[in-house]
Formats: sequence, structure tokens, C-alpha cells
Amino acid sequence: MSDVRIDLSLIADMVEPGSKVLDVGCGDGALLALLASRRHVDARGIELSREGVAGCVARGLSVIQGDADTDLGDYPDDAFDYVILSQTIQATRAPRRVLENMLRIGRRAIVSFPNFGHWNIRAQLAFKGRMPVTSNLPESWHDTPNIHFCTIRDFVGLCDTLGAVTERAVALNASGSDIGVKAPWWFWNLFGQQAVFLLRRTGPASPP
Amino acid sequence: MTAKTNRPGKASKSPASALVDPVREANEPTSLLARFGPERPLGMDCGVTLDRWQIAYQTYGTLNADRSNAVLVCHALTGDQHVANTNPVTGKSGWWEVLIGPGCPIDTDRYFVICSNVIGGCLGSTGPASLDPATGKVYGLSFPLVTIRDMVRAQAVLVEHLGIASLFAVIGGSMGGMQVLQWASSYPDRVFAAVPLATAARHSAQNIAFHEVGRQAVMADPDWQGGRYLDGAKRPSKGLSVARMGAHITYLSEAALHRKFGRNLQDREARTFTFDADFQVESYLRYQGISFVERFDANSYLYLTRAMDYFDLAADHTGVLAKAFAGSKTRFCVASFTSDWLFPTADSRAIVHALNASGASVSFVELESDKGHDAFLLDEPELFATLRGFIGAAARVRGLS
Repeated sequence: MSDVRIDLSLIADMVEPGSKVLDVGCGDGALLALLASRRHVDARGIELSREGVAGCVARGLSVIQGDADTDLGDYPDDAFDYVILSQTIQATRAPRRVLENMLRIGRRAIVSFPNFGHWNIRAQLAFKGRMPVTSNLPESWHDTPNIHFCTIRDFVGLCDTLGAVTERAVALNASGSDIGVKAPWWFWNLFGQQAVFLLRRTGPASPP
Repeated sequence: MTAKTNRPGKASKSPASALVDPVREANEPTSLLARFGPERPLGMDCGVTLDRWQIAYQTYGTLNADRSNAVLVCHALTGDQHVANTNPVTGKSGWWEVLIGPGCPIDTDRYFVICSNVIGGCLGSTGPASLDPATGKVYGLSFPLVTIRDMVRAQAVLVEHLGIASLFAVIGGSMGGMQVLQWASSYPDRVFAAVPLATAARHSAQNIAFHEVGRQAVMADPDWQGGRYLDGAKRPSKGLSVARMGAHITYLSEAALHRKFGRNLQDREARTFTFDADFQVESYLRYQGISFVERFDANSYLYLTRAMDYFDLAADHTGVLAKAFAGSKTRFCVASFTSDWLFPTADSRAIVHALNASGASVSFVELESDKGHDAFLLDEPELFATLRGFIGAAARVRGLS
């Protein structure tokens, strides 16, 4: 398991064994395959690219070709134990609606995303005056599918707006190590290269 | 039914290319055959019960010891049971040999493949070209109207007759896909994996309209004779041929027609200023029409198009498609094709949404192809890769080596 990406491994550890999971934007199915083998979950996925879906199906995963922005609305409330959005929220057209749907159709939501408040990104914008290009965000501004970047503080703000409870949050620095839970938010926001949040809703799945 | 072999209306002269007389084929097929009597009647949706009926089928591969490796293939509107062997009527290869055979995605070295002619068909399963045991004459229009569910009921009796309690997979495209959906809905415990391709949970208004044009073409042919043509020697070949020409266009796409024919002229340098088949596309369609009438019964065409028109799986479940699959443990793999305008991707998505809503395990992919609806029958590497993966994974879960 040494070749498993650290953020995927972290997400896998947040998922209860034997649960029912939907991975939104599951790519080639790496996380789903990990969850199926390590946590024995009932693994389902949604993926935009035809190649991704075909690859997942060939691995024996239940994956449908679809779009986080348009297709989550079709799932009933509480259809899953976990709905995961791994490194995808910044590429959605309506991140808030996507997160709302995730909290509705899953009892828990897990979101991982690149932190646009990382010092390296701030420095590139501040000192070079150019849109940041980093090792984990390698595309130029005109090529990138990432249209809705946020910082860790921004994401926490959205969770507050939606009334979502953060059950667990982890920030990873550039070398992939966990930034201590004792660290204050401003420290996370500056030194976390990516973050993983385990969320649940407070109210009913759908407004009555 | 076995005793009645008077072969009424035997075609006076068979078309040169027909190897077997189609009328004979309807009653005594060059195929495996299961006959059922009053001990196993077939109750139909229209209220009629067939006391004597038969179903013609082919099998490939070997049923394993615990009878867990059977795959049922459901054919489309004008298909038949000869899915992976030379067709005795046309002499052509089986209609899905690209998918089914040794080493193919549906590997006959691993799976026991069954394909039967649908009820209402004309290649050996009871249909309008069969002899009515009550009169000794061909049924014609006195045959009861058939539904997709009737076809599936008959297949379920056959599968039981073969000693198979649960199918590993049921697969089919178009009308075959409708049967797959009906199987998964009617017999969820008997279907481990379901593969409905290029299909819909209900026939659209546009598709009913196309079918109606085809039926009217058949019935407008004076040789149709109110459906009693098999009593004599004439066949409504013109009408059925026109029906097939129209339908064939709907199976293709503008891009495919353009790629194949463009505006090319057929065996001539210039327009003839007549109504001859100047264009290659006209010549092609005429050929499609003519070759179709040699192998297909006109009344069967009326019945089977009607069965598709009537199909609306949600309507059987208070209008909620998800209820058709409630609690389903079946693994589904749904696929559509980008250029299929007869059963567009939206139809497949409606199925997928219902399956998601019912919590079923479902994979779905829209495959890139410019070949239109017919793509599911053709050599489409992406489809094969997807099916190979899906079927292989399902086999592992099922414990099939």
C-alpha cells in the first residue's frame, strides 16, 4: 500500500468498514478500489470522462458517467453512508449546490481539496503577479479545469453557511504530512497544501 | 402441435438466397425446440392463454455443474436465436458473433449462452406465422397481441425447462434491452447481472410513430390480404420492404450515411432524370428492404413493433420506474451511443436514474460512435472493453472461474 496517495489513504481511514460509498468524480477508480479492498465498502462512483468510466467498469466498479453539478440531484436522501468529493470541488460549476446535495444524499460527506491559501500560492500571486502554478496544481490559468478555488478558511465558511458539522479535519503540508490538530486555523490556512474534511449535516436531509 | 405438419401456404418459389423455407422455419425450425402443452400454458398480458406453444432456441458452450454460468441473450426486433451460428435462412453469420464466441467478451468457453426466438417471432417460436392448433391453419391476425413481458415469461419457462434456477447474465440491445429490463424487474432473484444496451424503459412517441409508418406500409400492400397471405402464395413483400427501408434509416445516423454513401451515384456517371436508384444510398436501402422480406414474416413485424410500442415499464409500477427495480440485487451495466437518435442517451440515463433511486448497483457509459442505433451490433472496441470488464468482474463475484 506504500504507493497509495496520502490523501486517498487518509480518506479511506475516515470511512467505516462495510459502508456504502459514492465517490463523485472518481477518475480511474483508485480511491474506490482502495475502499473496496481495504474497507470492504459497497463502492459506487460518478465520473465525467468516458475513459475514466470504462476503466472503472473494467476494474469491476459500479461507476456511471455523469456530472457532479447535474446528476447528484437524482439520488434520494440518505442513499449512502459517505459521499466523497476528492480533489474535485474546485472543478464544479456550483460548489455550494454540490456540497448541499452531498450532505443530503450521504449521512457523511468527505471533501478533499487543494488549499489556495497556501503560502507558496500567496507568494506567487504577491511577488510574481501571476496566477500560481505548483506541483499539485500544474495547469496554467487558461488550461485548468479548476474554476472555483478556495482556501481552507473559505471552505470552513461554506460549511458554516450550510450548517454542516466538521467531525474531522486534516491539513497536509507539501510533503504530505499531517499538520498537528493543535495548530490554529491561520496556520493550517498558510501551511496546508491540501485539506480533508469529514462532515455531516445538522438538520433533516431535505427541508420539509 | 407436433401432429400438425400440413405446412399450409408453402411458398411456391423460395427466393434464391433463402436456404430454408421461412414458413416451414416458423413451425419446424432448424433449431433446438421446446414444446409446451396444457400442463405449462403461457398466460399473456392481453388476457389470452396459449395452451400449446413452442419456443425455438440455440445454445453455445457448456452449462457448469452448479448451473451458475448461463447467459441469456435477448434479440432485437428483427433478430433471432441464431446469435452465434450461421443463420439457416440467410446463410449469413450469427448476428452477434463479434460479441459471443470462444475468447469473446461473452466467452462461450466460460459461459453457457442461450438465445431464443421471441414469442411473436417467425423463426420457430409461436407467433402469427405458426399453426393454430385449434384450427390447423396459420394464426395470422388471430394470434393474440404480444408484449415484452410475454416474451420474457416465455423465456423464463424455457430457462426453467433447461434446469437453470438463476441466470448469470441477461444481455440485449434495443428490443432485447427492453427484455433485459423486464427480466430484471419481473425476476430479480433469477438475474445476477443485467446488460441493457441502446434501449429505453419505454418506447417514445417518435419511435411509436416510426413503427406505425412501417405497419401502415405493410397493411397498405394488397398482397397482405388482411393478414391471411400465408394461406396463398403471394407475400406483402413491397409493403414489408418499404417498412424495412424506413426503419433502417432510423438505425443509422446522418454521419454514418454520409460516410458510407455521401451523394455518390450508383453504377452510373450522371443523374438519369428518372426514379431509378441513382444514388448509392437508394440502392442500399432497396437491397436492405428486399433481403429483409426473404427472411421475415410481415405479420411478425406488425406484432413485434407493437410489443415495443406497448412497452412502458414505469406504467406497470404506478408511473415510478424506480419501483420496477426496488430492492434489486442485480448488477446492471447500461450503455448508449452518442449518435443513436432512436434510443438516445437520455433514455439510458432515465434507466440509470431509476436504478440509482432504487439503490441498485449500476454502471453506465455513453460510448462514442457515429454508427447510430446499430452500433450495439457492430465491432465497437469500447463496448467490448466495457462489457469484458463488467462481465469479468461479475463472474468473479459469482465465483465463476
